[in-house]
Amino acid sequence: MLLLAVAALLWGAWEAFRALGIRYGWTKPFTVDGTSMPHIHSMIQALFERPNTQGPLLVVTLLKAAAFTAREAGLGFAMGATGGFVLGALLAHSRMLQRGFLPYVIASQTVPILAIAPMVVIWLASVQVTAWVSVAVIAAYLTFFPVVIATLRGLHAADHRAVELMRSYAANRWTVLWKLRFPAALPYLFTALRVSATASIVGAIIGEQPSSIAGGLGGAILNFAQYYSIQPQNLWATNIVAAALGIVFFVAVVGAEKIVVRRAPEHVA
Amino acid sequence: MSVVTLSRVTKEFKGGTVALEDIDLEIEQGEFISLIGPSGCGKSTLLRIIGDLIEPSRGSIAVNGKPARQARRDHDYGIVFQDAVLYDWRTVSKNIALPLELAGWSRDRRRERIEQMLELVELQGFADHHPWQLSGGMQQRVAIARALSFDPALLLMDEPFGALDEMTRERLNAELLRIWEASKSTVVFVTHSIAEAVFLSTRVVVMSPRPGRISRTIPIDLSQPRGVETREDPRFFELATEVREALHLGGGHDAPLAATGLSEGAA
Repeated sequence: MLLLAVAALLWGAWEAFRALGIRYGWTKPFTVDGTSMPHIHSMIQALFERPNTQGPLLVVTLLKAAAFTAREAGLGFAMGATGGFVLGALLAHSRMLQRGFLPYVIASQTVPILAIAPMVVIWLASVQVTAWVSVAVIAAYLTFFPVVIATLRGLHAADHRAVELMRSYAANRWTVLWKLRFPAALPYLFTALRVSATASIVGAIIGEQPSSIAGGLGGAILNFAQYYSIQPQNLWATNIVAAALGIVFFVAVVGAEKIVVRRAPEHVA
Repeated sequence: MSVVTLSRVTKEFKGGTVALEDIDLEIEQGEFISLIGPSGCGKSTLLRIIGDLIEPSRGSIAVNGKPARQARRDHDYGIVFQDAVLYDWRTVSKNIALPLELAGWSRDRRRERIEQMLELVELQGFADHHPWQLSGGMQQRVAIARALSFDPALLLMDEPFGALDEMTRERLNAELLRIWEASKSTVVFVTHSIAEAVFLSTRVVVMSPRPGRISRTIPIDLSQPRGVETREDPRFFELATEVREALHLGGGHDAPLAATGLSEGAA
């Protein structure tokens, strides 16, 4: 109910801004007209039309593209989350490793993904990696960073007396990691995974462009952007589908968290 | 046989603070020893040294006739802290089973022992609850069950009831005595409260601060088993007064604060 109310509110705001902008000829922050701000209903309508007379409905094309992108993003998310956790655990294990490597991990995120993506595609293509897998690697690149930081923080989040208790049982490092530090880190990890879930989609969409994959949402965006001045609603419709895919990923992570993390209600982030 | 033997134990922290100086203490099998003293007298540090959670700067410690480290490795003691320190993601029974898992007990043996422990601390019916669904007093009972689950010879308790209200504290005091009698273990109990120390102990060790030293050891000759009437026994007041005076002589600045535990307890 609340979700529907907010959707109606956003819809109203969009249409009101549009109507006022056209009526008073606003040119700032941008010129408002039918091209820059199509009607919301025409975006939704576009989903159920055929962009080419012989082709399938737009929604069918976009759902196929979304499934394709979801596969890349899903693999990228899995690789990024695993890699991020392993790297985070290694760095949490040793202060020296942390001092030596963490600055580079941070630096890796300041390099724009657009600069990295073509290199990844070229390198991986030279070792016969399928194009969609290299897109997954690019998605992983956007995914792993929050997981590294959350793992670092989470593995040190256990109460110091809980650690002392483990020491009183003469538990070895490995046992302390699996029975205490890892479960204590889970709420932190899941917070990062929520961020990563949506980032993996962005990574996949961006990664599709230099790898000239046309079958995914990135391809669709590129394609409809070229026809924007004639059919702006098609690009907007694509954005809606991309956003919906992001929400699906996010909700999947939240669902997994509900199953895995048994925590006091006030501790659930 | 003595369960704990401390000789000339000294602990100096970095920066030169002397937390403990020349502590000599012998604890016999079956004793209930309270360490009482103002903040900063090193009583918690002493408890951790017995448990090999902190290393002393000098002196020697034997637990069950072994070096403290070996005793820790052999799971010779269980420990209870001021907070229950239960693992939130484990149910009550899984929390109790934690030390058993680490010691490699089979599933069946674990289940059987959990059953016994829940009965001992009277928490049957709460096996599948999570810690955050329990009151503070119940959580502390789970912590005691966890500490006793593997039948350690020695139970170390660091102000275990310090965070609880007076009513709950008195009830758990009585319950702890019952458990102590049933399990025949030896207890080293750190507390701020004179009433608690006198009520529970067979011997009260009074400590003084800066540097932490044992200023007096007072045997508590109240009859066993103890109950509500013990707190009204004139002998109880005599002993409490003796402990309080020993605390004052020790020069602890917050000794009067510790004494309030008695007036509340006696009220």
